[in-house]
Parts: sequence; C-alpha cells; structure tokens
Amino acid sequence: MARFNVLKHEMVPEHSLVSKKEEETLLRSLEISKELLPRINRNDPAIKALEEISGPIPDGSIIRIVRKSPTAGSSVYYRVLEEGVFK
Amino acid sequence: MTSGISKRINKIQFALLSPDEIRKMSQVKVITADTYDDDGYPIERGLMDLHMGVIEPGLKCATCGGKVDECHGHFGHVELAMPVVHVGFIKEIKTFLDATCKECSRIKLTEDQINSFKAKLSTVDFSSTDPEVIGSITKKVTDEASARAVCPHCGAQQKKVILDKPTTFREEGIKVTPKEIRERLERIPNDDLVFFGLNSSVARPEWMILTALPVPPINVRPSITLETGERSEDDLTHKLVDIIRISQRLRESRDNGSPQLIIEDLWDLLQFHVTTYFDNQTAGIPPARHRSGRALRTLVQRLKGKDGRFRSNLSGKRVNFSARTVISPEPFLSINEVGVPEKAARELTVPVSITIFNVENVRNLIKLGPEPRDEFGKYTAGVNYIIRPDGRRIKVTIQNAEENSKRIEPGWIVERQLMEGDIVLFNRQPSLHRMSMMAHNVRILSGQTFRFNLAVCTPYNADFDGDEMNLHIIQKEEARAEAKIIMRVQEQIMSPRFGGPIIGGIHDHITATFLLTHLNPRFTYEETVHMLSYVDVEKMPEPEIIDGKKYFRGRDIFSVTLPEGLYVKFKSKLCSSAKGQCEYEEDIRDTFVTIENGKLTTGTIDEASVGPFSGEIINKIFRRFGQEAAAKFIDRMTRLAVGFLSMRGFTTGISDYDIPENAVNRIREISESAIQRIEKLIEAYNSNLIQALPGRSLEETLEIEILSETGKVRDESGKIASAYLGLTNSSVIMARSGARAKMLNISEVAGMVGQQSVRGGRINRGYNQRTLSHFKPGDIGANARGFVKSSYKSGLNPLEYFLHSIGGREGLVDIAVRTSRSGYMQRRLINAFEDLKVDEDRRVEDTIGSVIQLKYGEDGIDPTRSERGELVDIDDLIFNLQEAETE
Ligand SMILES: [Mg+2]
Ligand SMILES: [Zn+2]
Ligand SMILES: [Zn+2]
Repeated sequence: MARFNVLKHEMVPEHSLVSKKEEETLLRSLEISKELLPRINRNDPAIKALEEISGPIPDGSIIRIVRKSPTAGSSVYYRVLEEGVFK
Repeated sequence: MTSGISKRINKIQFALLSPDEIRKMSQVKVITADTYDDDGYPIERGLMDLHMGVIEPGLKCATCGGKVDECHGHFGHVELAMPVVHVGFIKEIKTFLDATCKECSRIKLTEDQINSFKAKLSTVDFSSTDPEVIGSITKKVTDEASARAVCPHCGAQQKKVILDKPTTFREEGIKVTPKEIRERLERIPNDDLVFFGLNSSVARPEWMILTALPVPPINVRPSITLETGERSEDDLTHKLVDIIRISQRLRESRDNGSPQLIIEDLWDLLQFHVTTYFDNQTAGIPPARHRSGRALRTLVQRLKGKDGRFRSNLSGKRVNFSARTVISPEPFLSINEVGVPEKAARELTVPVSITIFNVENVRNLIKLGPEPRDEFGKYTAGVNYIIRPDGRRIKVTIQNAEENSKRIEPGWIVERQLMEGDIVLFNRQPSLHRMSMMAHNVRILSGQTFRFNLAVCTPYNADFDGDEMNLHIIQKEEARAEAKIIMRVQEQIMSPRFGGPIIGGIHDHITATFLLTHLNPRFTYEETVHMLSYVDVEKMPEPEIIDGKKYFRGRDIFSVTLPEGLYVKFKSKLCSSAKGQCEYEEDIRDTFVTIENGKLTTGTIDEASVGPFSGEIINKIFRRFGQEAAAKFIDRMTRLAVGFLSMRGFTTGISDYDIPENAVNRIREISESAIQRIEKLIEAYNSNLIQALPGRSLEETLEIEILSETGKVRDESGKIASAYLGLTNSSVIMARSGARAKMLNISEVAGMVGQQSVRGGRINRGYNQRTLSHFKPGDIGANARGFVKSSYKSGLNPLEYFLHSIGGREGLVDIAVRTSRSGYMQRRLINAFEDLKVDEDRRVEDTIGSVIQLKYGEDGIDPTRSERGELVDIDDLIFNLQEAETE
C-alpha cells in the first residue's frame, strides 16, 4: 500500500527545511538565538515525511511552517529539530 | 522581628535521611508516649519535651533557651522497635527488590551490560539534567535487570516479588519482612546505585526502611487549649503517640519472647501507624480516625490538594486591605463605580507618604480624628494609623488626634481611610476570565452591601440572590496607575473572547428600550421629562406639536443617549428570524435599526442593540468613539431605561399565560392525535411494517420517528398558544426583545411541556421493561416514555411529574459534572500560561525567553480590538461611506 504523505493533507500546514545558508540571516532578522525557538521532535510525522523527500535532516535544523490564517492570510512559524523533546 | 532565615538559597539537593542523621539532628530521644504531667508541665522525654521547642509563654526552650517567639523548634526522634517500610518509597523499594539478586544483592546485569550502561550514564550530569530524563534512562536499565530470572553473578534462581498494597512485599506468597528487605538493600554495593538514579554519597536504599523516625518540632504540631481548659493535641501528636505505644509494646513482646504471631500482629500495627502518619489516605488501608470519627490530617494531607500548604498558604494567601460582603444593585452608579459601605470604608486604608507638599493637608486630615464627617453628616476620610520612619505604627484616636497631627513630618506615612474616587479592585469568584477582577472608582454609601451598576453583572456573572464579592484596596502608585489604565470597567467592555461587548443592558434595560422604541410611540411632555430626569440631558429632543400640545417620539428620546456622529445600521433581534417583511414592524425599514448622526430613525432597540454579547450600538460606539463614550452610553442608556419603566411600569404574572378555552381544546386535540399516531407507529413496528432508515436499526428508526412526532406537536402547540399571546403580553415582550426567556418557555407554560428526554432519547429506564410500575412491561407508548401533554400552568399529572423530574435531573447532574471538570481544566491551562508574556514586538515568550509564538495568536491581532473576531465589518464600512456621501 502506498503510504500517504501527511504534508499533502489539507489540514497539515506547509513544512519546509530552512537551508544552512539561510539560517543565519533568518535568526538575525528574528533577533533570536536558536535555543529560544520552539522545538519539534524527530518523530513528528511531518519530519518523517520531509526526510522521505529530502533525505536525513540533522538535529538543530530549522523547519519553516507556513500556516493559513483567516485573519493574517498566512503566518510563518519556525521550529528547531531536536531529539527527544517529548517522551 | 528579623529572626529566622536570612540566607539566599543557592542550591537544593534531594537526599535520603539516614538513621544516623535522624539521631544527629535530634535534640531528644522520645521514649514515652505521654505529653504533659498532671500539673500541665511537659513530661521529660515525652512528645512535648521542652527540647523540641516551646509553645507556652513563660517557658524556655531546653535546647536553645529561646522564648515562644524566638525558638522555631527542634527535631526529636523515636527509635522504632522493628524496622518498617516508608510508604513514600514503596515504588523505589519494589524496583530495588526486582532488579537486584536475592542472594548476592548485585544488580542483575551482565558485566558487559554494566559497562555499556555505565558509559551511557557517565555522560549524564545528575545535578543539572531534568529528573524525568534521568528517570527514563534508569527505567530502561532497571527494567532489563528486573526481567532476568537467573542472577548473572552468582547464578541464583530469582523469585518474583509481588507488592501487596500498600506496604507488604511477598515472594511466592510468603511475606518478606521489612527487616529482610533492609538486609537485602544493605548488601547492594554502592557502585550499583547509579543504575537506579541514586547518588550513593547522599543516599542508601536501606534508608527507605525506617529504623528511627524523626519527631517534628512542637511548633509544627502545637496543642491547643479549649475554653473548658481541656488540652487538645494536634493530629500529628496523636499519631506519634500511637507509634510510640505500639513500638514499646512490640519491643517488650519481642524481648520477653512472646509468640511469633503476636509479634507479627504488633509489627503490622506499627507499620499501619507509621504509614498513616505519613499519608492517611493511602489506598488499601482504612484511614486512621480521631475518637470523634473524623479522619486524621497527617503529613501528606497537610501539603496536598486545595486546602494543602501549597494551594492554600503559598500560591494563595489571605490578604490585608480587602473586604468582602453581599452585593446589591444600584442603577444610579456608573459602570465604573462601586458603592462601598461606610463601615468598610473606615477600615480600608490607602498609605499616603508625607511630603512638603501635602504635609499641611494631612495634618488637617489627622486633626479630624478617626471618624470625621462633614457639616451635613456625610462621610469623609480620616486617618487610622501613622507610621513613623522607623516602622512604628501609631493608632489615631479622638484623644490623640490633635497631638499626632503636629508630630508628622515629611518621610512619615499615614494610612488614610477610603475616599470617594479611589481606585479599587473588585472581584467575584470563580475568577474565570480577566473581567472577573476589574478596577472601580469608590463611592461611599450608607448600608451594608457593595453596590454596582446592573450592566456589570454579566462580566462578573453575578446576581443578587446572596452573592458576595471581594474588594481590594491598591496600596502603591504604580499599581494604581496600572489598574486605572488597563483594569477599569470601561477598558473591559470588549471581551477578548469574541471581540464584542460583554457589558451591556440586561433584563429591564432591554424591556424598557424595546417598549420605548418599538413602533416609535408618542409620549407627553410630562412623561418625557420624567424619563429624561434620570439622564443628564444637554437638551430636550425635538417635539411634535399636535393640537397645540408637545409630544415626543420614543426613538427621539432614546437618541438622547447616543453620541453625535454615530452611523449604524443592523437588523434588530425582534426581526432577526424574519425574511423580508417582519410581522412586528409596519414599515419594512423598521426591521433595521438605523442610526444617522446619533439619531435613531428606524428600528427597535432590543438585545441586539444594547445587550451584552450582541449589543451592536455599544460595539460601534466603542470602536468609533472609544471606551469613555461607550461607558457613558451604557450609563445613560441604563438610567433612561429605569426612568422609562418607573413611568410606564412593567409586570408579569401567571395571567400572561391565559389562552382561550378553544385554544386549550385544540392543543389537547393535537396531543391526543399525536399519541394516536405514535400508537400507529408502534403497531407498524410490531407488525414489521416500518422501513429502517439508512444506517439505523428498526428500533432506532421507531424512536426517531416518535421523537420527531413529539417535537412536531410541541411546536404546533407553541404556535397555537403564541397566536393568542401578542406583544401586549409582558412575557412575550421579554421573550421577543431578548430580555429574558425564550418563546419555547412560554409555550411550555401555556401550551404543552412535551417529550422529556435522558441522553437525547425518550426516557427508558427504571423498572424491568418499563419506566414505572404503572405501565405494562414492554409498553413503549407515548405516556410510558415521558411524553408530557400537560402545560406547566395546567399542571402535570403524577406520572408526568415523575418522568419530568427524571429529565430535569439530567440537566442538574450535567451542570455539576461540567463545572468540576471545566474547573480543573481551567486550572491546568492557567498554570501553563500564567507567566507567558507578550513583548513589544507582539512576540509571546515564557520567562526564559523561549518563544511560544512569533506573533501573538500568529496574526498579532488583539481579539478585543477585532470586529467580533473578524478584521473589519464590511457592511458597516459601506453604510458609513454611503452616509458620508449623502452628507
Ligand atoms: Mg447567585
Ligand atoms: Zn529552641
Ligand atoms: Zn546473585
């Protein structure tokens, strides 16, 4: 059975990997250090789906999440990949 | 005054108390279970030994020599005759027994495993890592060791240890005594303790089995003397008495060689007492009780739950500068005000720092004594206390007022009584949202109750059936400024929950504005003046001259409360369900409330205009003219409403539900025919003639059809009844305007109550195959399953009454369950969110600075300032543009 790609589901917001090159400028524009960004677990289905497409993602990578919003149009959120965030 | 701890805490380490340490910190070895001798003097080496501190004035501590207020107590200890298990460590003891060998007490891991786990654990810093993370690692290790049936070190076959709750361990059914457990734990080598997450330098597992018990200082368990002179001991002391007694008996029995059975019984009893001393709600054993039958409040009970130390004394405390009393309504107060009884105002104070600028004023204030009044006998603020720079407080009395007024100088502080206009916080529990605590301006009133404007009932969820509320006097300038800027009632008119007003007219306000504006009635000059005398009008509305007499129109009178420059158009509640022409308004334009430049031209003012939640006029005034104008509108509108009703009068009663004989007959007819139709449905079902609905069984289909049948008759009877009840009827006025009740309630009273239900279905419980013994088994007819064809007014027959009560109880149970569950959920949410903050960039952060949201709510919008959750109200924008063009 072909596995369903969760990222294709309309209720799942768009996830994408922020490239290493882009990271620094992004953190500077957000005026924040990486440790203070929200985290995301390696076992998150969205990460698994992303890895299937673009290969293994190292710890500490920033994931960009674009959510649709009725008031803001779309809103961007960033989460840092980290092992063992939740038990 | 400044005794006690004055050190800064740098680090906390958790460890186990060893018996040696217990003895070392003990000032006295308690050996007798007695407390005081016949003269009331503490018995030496008893539970109240003076070495453990003093609670009686006059006596001195035998350890430190301190008097009552100076000594904060010292520990003693009891030597237990036999070791007992500490209930708090049951889980840990079980893990140790499971994971180590019975014979050699090594952890049941192979050398290879030991090395690999050790390597893994050596990377973890035990002092800084999250205990849960350490726990998850050690759990893996101990689980693996526990699963092994043969010891890898000595090859001994392992027996399974079963915990017989709460404190008994068994091996193949045979009890393992605490003594044996202790011996096993003692043999576990220090090197193996890391695998259990234990730091061998501060804790040994055998210390979880008690051989000595610390006796807390007397200050922790003070005895109280009753009025009769009788002494009553603390629950902890009672429990310690039990422990010492049994321990003594156990020691004697053991030493004089009593039968093993007796010794074991006493040992179990000692275990029980020590267990309940720690936690008197341990599962599996009955709680220890006082002679009166009350369960004892022991160590865990002191800390745990709503009445425990944390929630009741540390997270929340009793506070000074606060008052609590019953509330009552006062329509002549502004929504920003609160009426405070004089008695409370005399007690509540505001600190005033004396400066060169106010020293004269304050001197004059003090001179007046503690209970001054002005020339009309009206309350004015006095001074209760003067605080010197060294912190000493002087109470102001009539005698010393004159003298004290001369003593004060800049740098002193006086505690001034409450004044009109002071900003205070007002609160009603449960405080479920931020509008549960708002800042009000004080008005000093006679009487015994707090009073406020009725429009503020909604945010506090208050009524006046005995509700009490709390008042807090702000003590600092910063807090006062904050309260004034962000907590005042007018700042809270818009709810952050739905972006609309939560403060607005209720009940009579809505009834009154409805009657005032519906069909735009005409009022005489005298009537108009009466109404407007309740409001501070700038000028009278334009009169209509008929036969030389002045008349005023209701809508013009209402317009007096509206700010100039207001343009709004929306559908009124009265016609909200009507499509096209509304039967209640003659002119189709009147189905819309239209306000042009602050003049109400068409429409009826009802719940949709001035009510909380829906009130569109309040909403638009707040948006366009700000909180000040919105508050002013609510103040004036509510006053006008009261003025109108005091002129017109308004009442309701059972006669509101009188309908003609023939209507009653018709309702009876349709209910009879419904019952017959239900009979037919049941007949068809019995002879298998009905068709099952898709996805439903035959039974379900039958129930659905019956329910739709009963629903239909109720609606029909409602229609028949309301055909006779028009807008001349007070109850109908209240229902249609949204002031109180729904049309459904009216048809229940006048027409028919209808089908009762439990869990969405017809009533289907009680006796075997029937709801009551009055019906035949298997009767599923209308009457047997809770169809009530009577009306509330005609009265229910006994069977209907009973079945109606069943349905009614469901609602009550639902509410009880819902409130407790949502209360707990709310608590968890508040604890999770309480110290998040939104910074200047609208970024949501926790206390460390970790980001929760990059923009508050992901869009950065304050819901309070949104148009009912939307960005803009397009219809309103268009209407305003059109109006601007025509001008
Ligand atoms: Mg109440
Ligand atoms: Zn002392
Ligand atoms: Zn062994």
